[in-house]
Amino acid sequence: MSNGTTDAETAAHTISVYVANKPGVLARIAQVFARRGYNIDALVVSSVVDTHFSRMTITLKGDPEGLDQVIQQTSKLIDVIRCVEHRDEESVVKEMALVKIAADEAERTLALQIADHFGAKTVDLTESSMILQVTGNSDKLDAMIRLLGRFKVIELVRTGKVVLARGDEVT
Amino acid sequence: MAKEQLDGAQALIRCLENEGVEHIFGYSGGAAIPIFDAIVTTKTKIKLVLVRHEQGATHMADGYARATGKPAVVLVTSGPGATNTITGILTAHMDSVPMIVITGQQIRSMIGKDAFQEADIFGLTMPVVKHSYLVKSTNDIPRVVREAFHITNSGRPGPVLIDLPKDVSSGPCTADLRATMDLPGYRPPAAKVDAAIIHAIAKAMSKSVRPVLLVGHGALISGAWDEVRELAEKLQAPVVTTLLGKGAFPESHALSLGWMGMHGTAYANKAVVECDLIMSIGSRYDDRIVGQPAKFCKDATRIHIDIDPAEMGKMIRCHIHCVADAKAALKALMPHVSRLKTDAWIAHLAEYKRRYPLHFKKKGGLKMQHVIDEAWRLTEGKAVVVTDVGQHQMWAAQFYRSDHPHNFLSSGGAGTMGFALPAAIGAQFGRPKETVLAFCGDGGFQMTMFELATAAIHRLPIKIVILNNHYLGMVRQWQELFYDDRKSGVDLLGNPDFVKLAQAFEGVKAFNLKRGADVRKILSRALAYNDGPALINAEVEKTDNVYPMVPAGRPLEDMIVERPRYKMEKPTGST
Repeated sequence: MSNGTTDAETAAHTISVYVANKPGVLARIAQVFARRGYNIDALVVSSVVDTHFSRMTITLKGDPEGLDQVIQQTSKLIDVIRCVEHRDEESVVKEMALVKIAADEAERTLALQIADHFGAKTVDLTESSMILQVTGNSDKLDAMIRLLGRFKVIELVRTGKVVLARGDEVT
Repeated sequence: MAKEQLDGAQALIRCLENEGVEHIFGYSGGAAIPIFDAIVTTKTKIKLVLVRHEQGATHMADGYARATGKPAVVLVTSGPGATNTITGILTAHMDSVPMIVITGQQIRSMIGKDAFQEADIFGLTMPVVKHSYLVKSTNDIPRVVREAFHITNSGRPGPVLIDLPKDVSSGPCTADLRATMDLPGYRPPAAKVDAAIIHAIAKAMSKSVRPVLLVGHGALISGAWDEVRELAEKLQAPVVTTLLGKGAFPESHALSLGWMGMHGTAYANKAVVECDLIMSIGSRYDDRIVGQPAKFCKDATRIHIDIDPAEMGKMIRCHIHCVADAKAALKALMPHVSRLKTDAWIAHLAEYKRRYPLHFKKKGGLKMQHVIDEAWRLTEGKAVVVTDVGQHQMWAAQFYRSDHPHNFLSSGGAGTMGFALPAAIGAQFGRPKETVLAFCGDGGFQMTMFELATAAIHRLPIKIVILNNHYLGMVRQWQELFYDDRKSGVDLLGNPDFVKLAQAFEGVKAFNLKRGADVRKILSRALAYNDGPALINAEVEKTDNVYPMVPAGRPLEDMIVERPRYKMEKPTGST
């Protein structure tokens, strides 16, 4: 690549960390990634069935070789139960986005057509704007947001990926 | 009898007693007053050693742990008291040393408000601890202490910090002191070793004719010295150690090649370069050893036994990874291996030993090596040796041959100057009947020399040998070799008169040593004095260099054994 980075370095990774629900655990994990130069693109921390634990889903780009080290170092933290990288084919990966676009009456129909195609819902509607909610894998969200680029996108928020392993595998 | 009503601090002391703590190295201050008070009110048998600086307390606990294998406790106050421990915590963390650091903290309602002597020590130390706690409830104290001791000295040991707000330590504790642990994420490797991996190691070994066993600190921590020796003798495989692995295999043994790495023996480094199989037992293949990772033993079969899975593949890629306690792994391996055809290899290495011995000239100015070598003779190699960091550290490792485990204590990973004196104090507390010998440079000694007071007060018979070249010698050596001998910030002009300084402390006996002819006499007098610390100021040659030397970040093949005649390139691969 022209900017000197390789495909491997820019490949996206989804990492799931199952942790004891204790103060400081997020800071410890973030330090492991930061010290080795990984920039976290998205992070979801959520409760799980057992309230003593929580799950973090981390999305980032970077060199897979160094990432193995980071996963090992993260697994080593006392409050981390397990830390695994997920491959898309073995897991269900979903993300949600809210997109606020400027759309007056004349533009609204086209916006709704795009929303309909992606199975998005209209969750807010005013005379000059609307908020669309879309759920799915990240490529789908990227595609819809790209198409909405013909409108003025006022604000945008994405949840970051959440992941569960399929079948008998644990996340 | 009614159950004794304890406050948090008293409960803490009782819990420390239950963990078998014998020593607290501490320095008080506002937020720690309740804990220091509890040392009195509980009438505990734990000995409080009042240090002179919190860094000193950490190195004392470190020296104690390295000398005994048991963790000691550091107790300090909040804010600067807490931040002063960070260097010592890093030092312990880098070398996998167990340690419990208890810091006083502002009361809970003031935390985060920049209150007096408030420091976020929980956050500040996060990257250098094995684990840490900010205790929010008095009734958590027994569980936290229990967990902290379990964590600090199991698996791969490391320091654990407990930050204790003053109102938490002052509040009533109603919890059972025998609390159960709640550590669902902590699983030190089980003693059982993967049989398939052991068979793979045995198979790889059976084909080797030029094997090397690389023995590190992990072998000492797991108490595997007997197994290392049995394995080496059974295989007839030569053994090299790391700096911190010194003593895990007797250096006087015929199969010993001493220690390897940047300033290790030439024959150890050459053996590693030429071997067809290398098996690390509890080392982390760190940068002082491998030089240039990509070229390290690149044609040899590489095996790595380590208790920490995160060490696997971190520095170099190995063919066989075995995540296990060193002792357990070697025990499992022993029945599956037999004598290898290594006669030619051992003879070849013996030739290297003859050709490249560690040596120094007694003629001319007094040499550090001479002092160390003579100390080794006079103590029959049995002293607990503690070093500081720099040239004298390397020469101490070269010339104080270790035959006994836990007898060579040195800050390896962190390279912390100022380590030797306080660590020697800690070691002497842990092993009161043995000779503890601290080798310091004049630079490192001055970083923690105030702990002479601690040593003097307790009349500890430590022997402090300042190898005084009036320089920061190792940096000066680098400036000479790589920076056209431009000396910058290395000349320790204005050193105090160390003998007079030592004499200012009651009970310290001090000696000047200036001539090679006096080495034996002065050392003998210092060794014979046991009513307090003895200090020797040895005025050594100013500009001697340590060899062999592998320039940082270069492959071991680039080792030099004497001053090169050509100008050397500046090292770029590491510091």
